[in-house]
Amino acid sequence: MRVLGKGLIDRATPVGFTFDGVRYEGFEGDTLASALLANDVRLMGRSFKYHRPRGVLTAGSEEPNALVTVGTGPAQDPNMRATVQEIYEGLEARSQNRWPSLAFDVMSVNDLAAPFLGAGFYYKTFMWPRAFWEKLYEPVIRRAAGLGALSGDPVEDRYERAWAFCDLLVIGAGPAGLMAAQTAARAGLDVILADEDARMGGRLLAERHEVGGTSGPEWVASMLEDLGGMPNVRLMTRTTVTGAYDQGTYGALERVGHHLPRAGHRPLETFWRIVAKRAILAAGALERPVAFANNDRPGIMTAGAVRAYLNRWGVSPGRAVSVFGNTDDIYRTARDLKSAGVHVAAVVDARADADAPIDVPVYKGAVVCDSAGGKHLESITIRTAGREEKISTDCLAMTGGWNPTVHLTCHMNGRPAWRDDILAFVPRPDAIPGMEVAGACNGAMSTAACLREGAEAAGGIVADLGKSVSELDLPEAEDDPYRPAPLWHVPGKGRAWLDFQNDVTVKDVRQAAVENFRSVEHMKRYTTQGMATDQGKNSNVAALAVLADATGRAIPETGTTTFRPPYAPVAMAAMGSGAQGKGFAPERFTTSHKATVERKAPMIEAGLWYRPSYFPHPGEDTWRQSCDREVGYVRNAVGICDVSTLGKVDIQGPDAAKLLDFVYINMFSTLKVGRVRYGLMLREDGHVMDDGTTARLAEHHYVMTTTTAAAGQVMAHLDFVHQCLHPEWDVSFTSVTEQWAQFAVAGPKSRALLNNLLDLPLDDATWPFMACGEISVAGIKGRLFRISFSGEHAYEIAVPARYGDSLFRLLVARAEGMEGGAYGMEALNVLRIEKGFITHSEIHGRVTAFDIGMERMVSAKKDCIGKVMAARPGLMDPERERLVGLKPAGATKQLTTGAHLFAQGADPVRLNDQGYITSVGFSPSLGSMLALGFLKNGPDRYGETVKMVDHVRGIEALCEVVNPVFFDPEGGRVRG
Amino acid sequence: MRITCPICGERDSREFSYRGADVALRRPSPDASEAAWDDYVHLRDNPAGVTRDLWHHAAGCSAWVVVTRNTVTHEVLETQLAADEVRA
Amino acid sequence: MVDLIAKSPCDGLLPKTMDGISLTEVEMTSITSVAPFKGREGALSEALKTAHGMAFPAPNRATGKEGARAVWFSRGQAVLIGPEPDVALGRFAALTDQSDAWSVVRLDGEGVEEVLARLVPIDLRPQSFKRGHTARTQLMHMTASITRVGERAFQIMVFRSMSATLVHDLETAMEGVAARG
Repeated sequence: MRVLGKGLIDRATPVGFTFDGVRYEGFEGDTLASALLANDVRLMGRSFKYHRPRGVLTAGSEEPNALVTVGTGPAQDPNMRATVQEIYEGLEARSQNRWPSLAFDVMSVNDLAAPFLGAGFYYKTFMWPRAFWEKLYEPVIRRAAGLGALSGDPVEDRYERAWAFCDLLVIGAGPAGLMAAQTAARAGLDVILADEDARMGGRLLAERHEVGGTSGPEWVASMLEDLGGMPNVRLMTRTTVTGAYDQGTYGALERVGHHLPRAGHRPLETFWRIVAKRAILAAGALERPVAFANNDRPGIMTAGAVRAYLNRWGVSPGRAVSVFGNTDDIYRTARDLKSAGVHVAAVVDARADADAPIDVPVYKGAVVCDSAGGKHLESITIRTAGREEKISTDCLAMTGGWNPTVHLTCHMNGRPAWRDDILAFVPRPDAIPGMEVAGACNGAMSTAACLREGAEAAGGIVADLGKSVSELDLPEAEDDPYRPAPLWHVPGKGRAWLDFQNDVTVKDVRQAAVENFRSVEHMKRYTTQGMATDQGKNSNVAALAVLADATGRAIPETGTTTFRPPYAPVAMAAMGSGAQGKGFAPERFTTSHKATVERKAPMIEAGLWYRPSYFPHPGEDTWRQSCDREVGYVRNAVGICDVSTLGKVDIQGPDAAKLLDFVYINMFSTLKVGRVRYGLMLREDGHVMDDGTTARLAEHHYVMTTTTAAAGQVMAHLDFVHQCLHPEWDVSFTSVTEQWAQFAVAGPKSRALLNNLLDLPLDDATWPFMACGEISVAGIKGRLFRISFSGEHAYEIAVPARYGDSLFRLLVARAEGMEGGAYGMEALNVLRIEKGFITHSEIHGRVTAFDIGMERMVSAKKDCIGKVMAARPGLMDPERERLVGLKPAGATKQLTTGAHLFAQGADPVRLNDQGYITSVGFSPSLGSMLALGFLKNGPDRYGETVKMVDHVRGIEALCEVVNPVFFDPEGGRVRG
Repeated sequence: MRITCPICGERDSREFSYRGADVALRRPSPDASEAAWDDYVHLRDNPAGVTRDLWHHAAGCSAWVVVTRNTVTHEVLETQLAADEVRA
Repeated sequence: MVDLIAKSPCDGLLPKTMDGISLTEVEMTSITSVAPFKGREGALSEALKTAHGMAFPAPNRATGKEGARAVWFSRGQAVLIGPEPDVALGRFAALTDQSDAWSVVRLDGEGVEEVLARLVPIDLRPQSFKRGHTARTQLMHMTASITRVGERAFQIMVFRSMSATLVHDLETAMEGVAARG
């Protein structure tokens, strides 16, 4: 019910929304919870396990009951807290975890079965038969007990990530946070003030306290005006600081679009990483409910929430409100209600000795021991010295005291300390390096104390950072004492709820203790206490008190559970923000990409690069037809392939040759200028890292090529060798992968093609196999390398990347005029398999130079990375699986990658395993499938027949072991 | 986690790639004992406390950095260029 | 007679303007990596001054001005952007042509730092990252060189092959900032 003349809502701006299909009206400034309460809607959800009817319990992000689903389809957001969700015109919200409707929920029969569903129920009941768990128990339980659901549609909303930096991050904008921010900002610090609420001010918006002679909200407004005018202050509303991480990094979730209709590119949420030199936690405190029988009926809520709805939103959650608790807050609540004209049915003070300066029925030394009602509260039972009295009431405001919001201080293993005077845990100093704690979250429970602590914490940080604070000017504020008496649970029959969302009762916790789950961590897992979306914010301390009582220990020795990030739920989409769609990883395109796509080539990913699989021609139905044709180009005419993705490293300096001799197993200092050499690189453990060709362009100038896959790894390796092993060498290197567009021109007609194109023609005398040098095309200077990855007479021509697109089109057009054309990765792979050339399919990390028959390349004249370890006997054992070629030798002609090799008559079982296949391809040149693989003692078994077994695809084939160089083993064509 | 690159200044750890113990800086001579090479390539301590390891500022200036840090508290105690340490 | 046509890295992708912030491709020019030989840093700096009017930049700094700039680029390396390098530099440093290796764009306008804060994990606010400051860092998943070249203007360089991703990422961030109004 709305109360006239109260609240900070804008009554001139009505806002229409729906809940479970019914249209309601609220005002600008309302949350869904306040607007529903204003419309007398109290039933907002069903509990997780028993499907008990539930109403709102709190007025903040700790809300365990009032979880709703907002929106539909791709925009469906489940588990939004009605206490956080602001209303906007057209908002559609639905209740969760009920069927067919919120008012009539079939699954509430669970509630009748409650005696059987206590702590450990799942563990005890669903143990056997084991196979039933996945197929039967879990799906049924999941359907019955649950929260909201996603739509299953891909997310269309944008989520953002962002970075922010500051001298001081102030977390929470209540009295302590505002005071801290102002003190620091006036001293010149860069300040970020973050608050999870849509409106800053904290409890000052919910109470009727005066600060500095004006109302709380007015004082807040003046502070915000002052802070907003300072260029060194950033105010972040709707921003929950979710985690504290190492070296002053904080995670924070900003709700950018949840309070507005979807529009344009506005992100729904922004996940911030805030890097702060220092921080002040001023997150306030959370009120504790009291556990008594049936304390979970809609209409029973925390006293602080009742005051917040009344004072901030102008809503009374009931028409006859009663108040129950153990602090003077109960009188504060009753006074606020009375002054707003709301009937107060009773005040129940658990303490016998408190003053009761108020004109309503007060029960001292009394407790509420039961409640009654259907979908909402109708009455409570008050017990005073053994006498019980039932009174009518439709709302109970309860308080069991306040818990300082210590959560962030626990994120780096900090354990809070118990304070007997306020019956609560407070953070220990320096729990988070660089973070101070001020205000209620530090146990300061009056407004005056909060203001003072905020200013003092900021003053200390200002001094630490070498600036000075002008004299502190603390405004006047209430400084009432805070005197809670222990009130955790009210003894009696009936279920008394601790964790509302997970349906954990006092009895469950006692049962856990009886079954010897005495450790708080064990109790938590056994009962699921504190494991709901509110992570025990409302219930952990009370549950701990019950456990302490049941095990005969004090609270501090019983311990606390560990609070971990995030402080409040964070959507996966926000965590992964920026990584949707093309944000997932960069795409690297070669200069020939456009021309390649125009030719309808399917692209495959090679790391981040995109390369053509093959270039389909009209009339070709399968990729094999295209691939065979393209192989034919290279074997019979001329083929063109973009090889720019290979890593290229420019190496210069007087010690360039030393570096190369050290990283390659073979010699490069002896390479002549104008020549290219194949090189093999090892890791220090003796296994192959990478291979490639390196050209010597001048005495002190080389260009190394790496494989596409290992380009980054090799650069880091070169950096390591130079900086960490030989910083004395005068050598520098830089990647030139991106500078050059490089194309293979391969096949018997390659020279003819180039000679029609280059400004100066080539011949065998000046351009023999493995020659390199400068050339020019149409006046553009480039580089030419006579190297081959196909075994044919071939070249690689490189020009500055800006000309890549143009040169590729030209080369392909010329090749097509000579019965050749472009070829893709499939053809490239077949061509190299025919020649037995290795790729990372073969040098996969467990392979040595010996295994691939290159051990004789290891130079005896020098040390190199991996040389010592490669010489270990185990790595030179002939019995090792070593590189061989394989050809079909039986009825089955198909060979497959990943298949294993066995002796012909042996069982295809692990103990008989003799090796495996790494690469296969159909060779149109030889009319057969060919494979490369590793076989025990392989090179000594040429001519032998072995059995290939592919256990995954169910293929078995006999193969002949052959030399891996299938095609042109004499190598005549490459020199041709 | 934040690491101070001696060249670029304080940066988020995402800019660095991790290699492991700074043992990698002390490569034995080719004729050193089998045990020395085994130590260098394979054997690593796993201290609860102060440790020194190598990070590559791969997304920054490409410097290799020796980071002295505490594995228990996550404090970063000191950083220096690997090249400077090797030369010294 | 054949003719090779030059294409810029962001050909067909730029310019873009949104909410007062413009993203444009910097016209292709000469980019040379300059890595001084051991002990020749001083001589190189003098040669740079003589030939091109700017000193060799200290780490995280750029020297020179629009049209002729030396930008610190990594450990022991800077890039000379604009002029073709004078041959005299070759005596003191390894020179490598990188004119085609980098996609170079300019992001300019009020609130440009807000756009970059969505992509770059370092503090680029005016009080911390002033004109003439440069950094090697990340832009989303890409390694990048970022230099403040004006009050509200940054030069951003990433690998040429990643131009489309660069434009995509910057455009997405610009849209997110603009949508907040």
